[in-house]
Amino acid sequence: MFKILKKKELSDVVTLFEIDAKDIARKVQPGNFFVLKIHEQGERIPLTIADFDREKGTLTTVFQKVGKTTYHLGTLNEGVFIMDIIGPLGIPSHIENYGKVVCIGGGVGIAPVYPIARALKEAGNIIISIIGARTKNLIFWKEKMRNVSDELIVTTDDGSYGRKAVVTIPLDELLREDKDIKLVIAIGPAIMMKFVCRTTAKYNVKTIVSLNSIMVDATGMCGACRVEVGGETKFACVDGPEFDGHKVDFDQLMKRQQMYLDEEKIALERYREKYGIK
Amino acid sequence: MEGKKEEKKPKNRVKMREQDPLTRARNFNEVPYGYTPFDAVEEASRCLSCKRPTCREGCPVEVDIPGFISLIKERKFLEACYKVKGKNALPAVCGRVCPQEIQCESLCILGKKGEPVAIGNLERFVADYEAEKGEIKVPEKPKPTGRKVVIIGSGPGGLTCAADLAKSGHQVTLFEALQKPGGVLIYGIPEFRLPKVIVEREVEYIKKLGVELILDAVIGKLYTVDELLNDKGYDACFIATGAGLPIFMGILGENLNGIYSANEFLTRANLMKAYLFPEYDTPIKRGKKVAVFGGGNVAMDSARVALRLGAERVYLIYRRSEAEMPARKAEVHHAYEEGIEFLLLTNPTRFIDDGKGNVCGVECIKMELGEPDESGRRRPVPIKGSEFQIEIDIAIPALGTRANPLLTKTMPDLKLNKRGYIVAEEETGMTSKLGVFAGGDIVTGAATVILAMGAGKKAARAINEYLKWKYWDFKS
Repeated sequence: MFKILKKKELSDVVTLFEIDAKDIARKVQPGNFFVLKIHEQGERIPLTIADFDREKGTLTTVFQKVGKTTYHLGTLNEGVFIMDIIGPLGIPSHIENYGKVVCIGGGVGIAPVYPIARALKEAGNIIISIIGARTKNLIFWKEKMRNVSDELIVTTDDGSYGRKAVVTIPLDELLREDKDIKLVIAIGPAIMMKFVCRTTAKYNVKTIVSLNSIMVDATGMCGACRVEVGGETKFACVDGPEFDGHKVDFDQLMKRQQMYLDEEKIALERYREKYGIK
Repeated sequence: MEGKKEEKKPKNRVKMREQDPLTRARNFNEVPYGYTPFDAVEEASRCLSCKRPTCREGCPVEVDIPGFISLIKERKFLEACYKVKGKNALPAVCGRVCPQEIQCESLCILGKKGEPVAIGNLERFVADYEAEKGEIKVPEKPKPTGRKVVIIGSGPGGLTCAADLAKSGHQVTLFEALQKPGGVLIYGIPEFRLPKVIVEREVEYIKKLGVELILDAVIGKLYTVDELLNDKGYDACFIATGAGLPIFMGILGENLNGIYSANEFLTRANLMKAYLFPEYDTPIKRGKKVAVFGGGNVAMDSARVALRLGAERVYLIYRRSEAEMPARKAEVHHAYEEGIEFLLLTNPTRFIDDGKGNVCGVECIKMELGEPDESGRRRPVPIKGSEFQIEIDIAIPALGTRANPLLTKTMPDLKLNKRGYIVAEEETGMTSKLGVFAGGDIVTGAATVILAMGAGKKAARAINEYLKWKYWDFKS
């Protein structure tokens, strides 16, 4: 059992939890993720690690309410226990001094990009961060990202905050003007990562993406998270979650992410009905 | 039933009553009902109590088979159960899923002329009888040795090793990566073949022996084996992490939606109880036309689960003929009875996309048997031009597993074979790393529950010796 120590609503659909998980906090690295199951009847879902504190023994995660499990999770309050948390999973990010790195976070993808940007900054890199979302209230952690970046660009699709653009527009400008950029790291919706990779491919800049596939055990046993990378089937849970974005078959990833749309709808509607939520 | 009392000893074994095939194909309840006490005594009375019982040699966990059968004859059912449990901590599991026909029962003298004693059915009976009577006896706690042993993986191998070591007085910690203990007994074998309450019951017994069970702990990630041995003070370690990564076929379209590895399909259905969706949150696709690929027990289980999820037609596609199928005969028979359609000497060549990323068909090719291969079985060879297509909406490759490197790659000083399995001595489980033993599927590749249990038992014995003398002589 894992206790929720702190809860913060970052927007009406995005929530932050700080969770008591000493053993995991001891080992976690930027780029890792964990799996969570709320209760006995719950499903196992992978969530990203947004931060951690080894001394306090805590993990921070940020999640968006999209399906039944994340809606339910969002109703839990401080002091409540989550039944199962499994981690740290996946291969951590490779951290070294590349020189200049662009870190891109889209939507809730801002959260997992933060510890990676921080580690890269500590390793001596110059960090240019781009954080973007559909609209103003989905942007969070602007100050935290600024603190680990040499330059921060904020975009919203509707222009309600920062620059009215998708993240690939400032990215394209940066790559065009600055030939010193050695690496781009992008975490966010698959469609965003796909277009980031399309943009960076034009400039031949290495791009790392972190894939958010559907998973069950997340230890390599089931293969639910499989995706083609460079023509080979890889498991996002144990071979990733980070991959060379130029080799990922994003169209396949997006189709696989939608495999249970019907079931997700049934589960969410049933949940809303049960608790009278509109 | 009662009328039978008048008859003489039956020549044939007492059949276990089963759910009707067409009814059971639509529910997840257990298929056989089990023996009544009357059935059990009648079956036990067929045992000749041989002076030199050969059946015992066929039991990887050394159960005193004639001993417990004699007690059944005397209607001492509880004592019979305690006798079994002296060697086997998982009798209700083994009574159901052990391939007795190639082990103890294959050596029974009665089998030479007729049917061997139904040792498995009797084992199941005594275990269920004990549970039903609620008289679970826990042996007296031995004097603590002060030694600590850590076991990685709570499947049949890990549970057996844990039970034996706890009975020897060692402090045992058992780590499990999933949220429930039991390994393949929980995630793999379906409810209708092994009800999960039975696994839970046998795990409870092992906990009562004093074993500490820690769930949700992925060793290799949460701790390394070196941390456990050096920082956490464990004196020895047994690795029983089981079968690993599912094998896909490497054919076109295998990542289409609707294609599940057998591991995923069974894990969703069994561990996550997706067959109860939306009561349980984990979804599973319920196909109308399902194709399962492979000829082992896992393939049979997958096909039978698909049927129970409501499929109209379930095809079992296997590239060899029925004679080469590695599955238990009883499971193949059950699958046939329930209406699984066997397409033998058939191999898939590609999956067909419905244009939206879902599988809508599979192209197969007919095979014929050629010369024997290295496994001794005749190698299937494709027949040119015999391709044909079948309409399906779910496909389940059940083609075995490869070694999962998640733990072993954190142990550079552990010797692996070229396929990534741990090199361990067969009789002891001893590995190239001091204090580390291994057994079960992570050593042998995918095998059976009972072989993993046998490995757990041998390792427990070897760990006992090691803890006394701290002597390490690995030759391999």
